[in-house]
Amino acid sequence: MNTKSIMIVGVGGQGTLLASRLLGNVLVAQGYDVKVSEVHGMSQRGGSVVTYVKYGDEVCSPIVEKGEADIILAFEQLEAARWLPYLKRDGAVVVNTQKMDPMPVVIGSAQYPEGVLEALEKTGVKVNAVDALNFAVQAGSAKAVNVVLMGVMAAHMDLSPEVWKQAIRETVPPKFVEMNLKAFDLGYQSGN
Amino acid sequence: MMEKKLLIGNEAVARGLYEGGCRVISSYPGTPSTEITECAATYDDMYSEWAPNEKVAAEVAIGAAIAGARSFCGMKHVGLNVAADPLFTASYTGVNAGMVLAVADDPGMHSSQNEQDSRHYAKASKVMMLEPADSAECLSFAKMAFELSEQFDTPVILRLTTRIAHSRSLVELGERVDNGVREYKKDPQKYVMMPGMAKVRHVVVEDRIQKQIAWAETAPINKVEYHDTKIGVITSGICYQYAKEALGDKASYLKLGCVYPLPVKLIQDFAAKCDKVYVVEELDPFLEEHCKQIGVTVIGKDAFTLQGEYFQSLVKQVILGEATQSISTDLEIPPRPPVLCAGCPHRGLYYALKKLKVTVSGDIGCYTLGALQPLAMMDTCVCMGASVSGLHGRNKANTANEKNSVAVIGDSTFMHSGVTGLINIAYNQSNSTVIILDNSITGMTGHQENPTTGKTIKGDPTTAVSLEKLAEAVGIRRVRVVDPYNLKETETVIREELAAEEPSVVISRRPCVLLKNVKHNPPFQVNKDKCTGCKMCMKIGCPAISFKDGKSQIDFTQCVGCNVCTQLCHFNAIEGGNQE
Repeated sequence: MNTKSIMIVGVGGQGTLLASRLLGNVLVAQGYDVKVSEVHGMSQRGGSVVTYVKYGDEVCSPIVEKGEADIILAFEQLEAARWLPYLKRDGAVVVNTQKMDPMPVVIGSAQYPEGVLEALEKTGVKVNAVDALNFAVQAGSAKAVNVVLMGVMAAHMDLSPEVWKQAIRETVPPKFVEMNLKAFDLGYQSGN
Repeated sequence: MMEKKLLIGNEAVARGLYEGGCRVISSYPGTPSTEITECAATYDDMYSEWAPNEKVAAEVAIGAAIAGARSFCGMKHVGLNVAADPLFTASYTGVNAGMVLAVADDPGMHSSQNEQDSRHYAKASKVMMLEPADSAECLSFAKMAFELSEQFDTPVILRLTTRIAHSRSLVELGERVDNGVREYKKDPQKYVMMPGMAKVRHVVVEDRIQKQIAWAETAPINKVEYHDTKIGVITSGICYQYAKEALGDKASYLKLGCVYPLPVKLIQDFAAKCDKVYVVEELDPFLEEHCKQIGVTVIGKDAFTLQGEYFQSLVKQVILGEATQSISTDLEIPPRPPVLCAGCPHRGLYYALKKLKVTVSGDIGCYTLGALQPLAMMDTCVCMGASVSGLHGRNKANTANEKNSVAVIGDSTFMHSGVTGLINIAYNQSNSTVIILDNSITGMTGHQENPTTGKTIKGDPTTAVSLEKLAEAVGIRRVRVVDPYNLKETETVIREELAAEEPSVVISRRPCVLLKNVKHNPPFQVNKDKCTGCKMCMKIGCPAISFKDGKSQIDFTQCVGCNVCTQLCHFNAIEGGNQE
C-alpha cells in the first residue's frame, strides 16, 4: 500500500497532540508502519501547531509536505486555510467551524479573513465543515471537541468505526468512555 | 514476539538506557531533549534526577561512570555549551562504566534561540558521536553507545534533532541487561587531570580516535545501500529518511550512524562506485568537509542551504530538479505566533513593566514571549542567565541605567545560571533590580520540577531552595515579593526598587496557570451595555479577549478568571468570575 498522509492542525492547547496519538495507535493496531511527527515546546503556547501522521507498508520521512496530505483535520478555520497547500488535489479537509483570533488580529494589526469555508470550497477540494463544539456539548462536554473531530475524520478513512471505538475505550478513563463514544458517533454521522 | 510500540525518539532513547543497564541519569530539561529523562524517570531500576543545569548534570554522569555505574545525561544543543567544560576533559579521563550524553539539536529553531550544529563538539572534544534516524535506532544506538563507551574508554554522544526526538515510529522492546556496578580503582594518572597526567592522556585520546576510525570503516551502523549508482547520497539521521523518500531506488546511500569519527576508505569506496555524490545534511557542512578533506568530490552546501530543516521535496528539487505542486486559497492569512497563555502570571508583571517604561534584560523561558506584541517588553535575550549578568553590564556601562532597567528571569533559569550573575551584582555593587518570575515550575519545556519546587523528578518531597534566603545570603538586602495578578502592587514595588540606592530582588510569585493543582475561577464576560470599546483590556494581549462589533468579548473556553483585565477596565464592564 502507498503511504497515506494525514495532517492534524490547530491552535496550541486545543488537544491536537492527543488526537494524533489516538490516530497513531489505531493505525498501529491495524498492522501499518506508522510515523507521527509532533510539535512540543514554544510553538505549543497558543501558536499554530501541526502534527503529521503517515502510514503504509513502509514510511520513511515523518513529515508531510505540500501537495501530499490525503486528509487535513483542522481544529480551527484559519488553520485549515493556512495548511491547505499541503493537501492533495483530490484530498479532503475536515474543519471545525470554530474561530480563534491570532494575536495580530487581537491587537488590530491584521484581519481575520471573511469567508474561509467558502474560500476552501472554491479551490475544488472536498470540505467537510462541522460545528464540533456544538456536538461536543451535546455529547456532554465541551472538551470532547477532539473526539468529535476524530469521528468526522474516521468517516473519511477506510477503517471500521469499531476500531476507533476500541481505541477510545482503551485510552479514556472509564467514567468518560460513554460520553466520548457519543461524541465520536455524532462526529462520524456528520462526516461525508 | 517482542512487544512493538509507537514511541517518540526521546522515549526510545530512554528505553535504550533502560535496556542498556543505565543506573544513573542526570539532566536539565530543554526542548527537544526533555522527554528522554522524563520517560527514564518512569523506570524504577534507574536513578534519575533533574540537575540545576547541564554542567552539573554532565559532571554527575561522569562521576557515576568513573565510580562504575553506567550513566547518562541529556540536554538540548545550547545545553552542551554549558556542559562543554566537563565534556572536553572527560574525553581525556575516559570512563570506567559506560557514559552516554544525548544532545538534541533544533534545526529550524522550533523552540530555540540559535541553530548551532552540535557535531562540531564531537570533533572539538574528540568524543565519539552516534546519530540515529528513527525511534528504533534511538533505542539500539543508546544501548550500543554504552558498549562503545566501555570498549573505547570514552564518553559517547548520541545526537538527535527535533524531528528524530519528537517523531513517533515503531520500536521493538527488549529486556534490561544490568551488569551491576564495576569496581572503581584509584588511578590519579587517569582521573586527575593536571598538566603532567593530561599530557599522557592526550596521547591516549589521539590513539583512541585512530582505533575508532578503524572501527567506523566496518561498523554495521555505517550502512551502504546500493541501488542506481548514478546518484550517491552520503547522509545521516533524519536526512537519510528525507533522501530515501525523495529518491527511493534512484540513488544509492551511505548512511552514517557514527558521525564522529568518520571512516575514510568506506566513503572513498562508496564515492568511487557512484557517478555523482551528494552530501545531504542539515545545518553545517560537517560530513561534506570531511569528504573533501579525504579527497572525495561531493556536492553539498553549494546546492543545499545552511539554514533550517530539510524535507523530502527539497532533496527532490535539488537532486532531481522536480518541483512540487500545491493548491491554496486567495485569502490573506495572518500569522499565529505563540502567546502567553490566558491567565499566565507573567502577563501582569509585563504590563507593570510597560507602565514603568523600563528597559528589560530578558532570559530563556515562557516569559520570553513577553517580547512579542502587544506587551513587547523585552530588550535583550541571549542565553540562560544572561538577563542578570547582562543587566549588571548595562548598569556599569552607564549608572543612569540603574533607574530604568530591570532583569527578568524564571525560577528554573535563575537556579540554572542566574544566581552566579546575582552574586556578581552583590559583589561588584551595581544598583540592579532583578525580577525573578517564580511560577513554581520549569514551564516552557512542559512542567519539570526544579530545586525551588520542593519536589524531585518523581514528585517526591525534597528540600526547596528559598529564593528570598538565597538572595539575602549572597548579599542582597532588599528582597520583595509581589503577586503579579495585582497590577498596582507590582508596579509600586518595582518603582520603589528601581529608586533604591542598592541592588534588589523582586520575586513575582504566582504558580503557572497550567499546573494541575492551580484552581481556575469561573470565566468573566463583557457587559455589552457598559463596554465603551476603549480597548484598554486589549493592551495585555490575552488570547481570551477579542474585539467584535465595537465591543470586547471574552472566550469562556479560554478565560480562567485571573482578574487582571478587570483591573484595566474603567467602566466595570467585565463581570462574573470571582472578584473578591
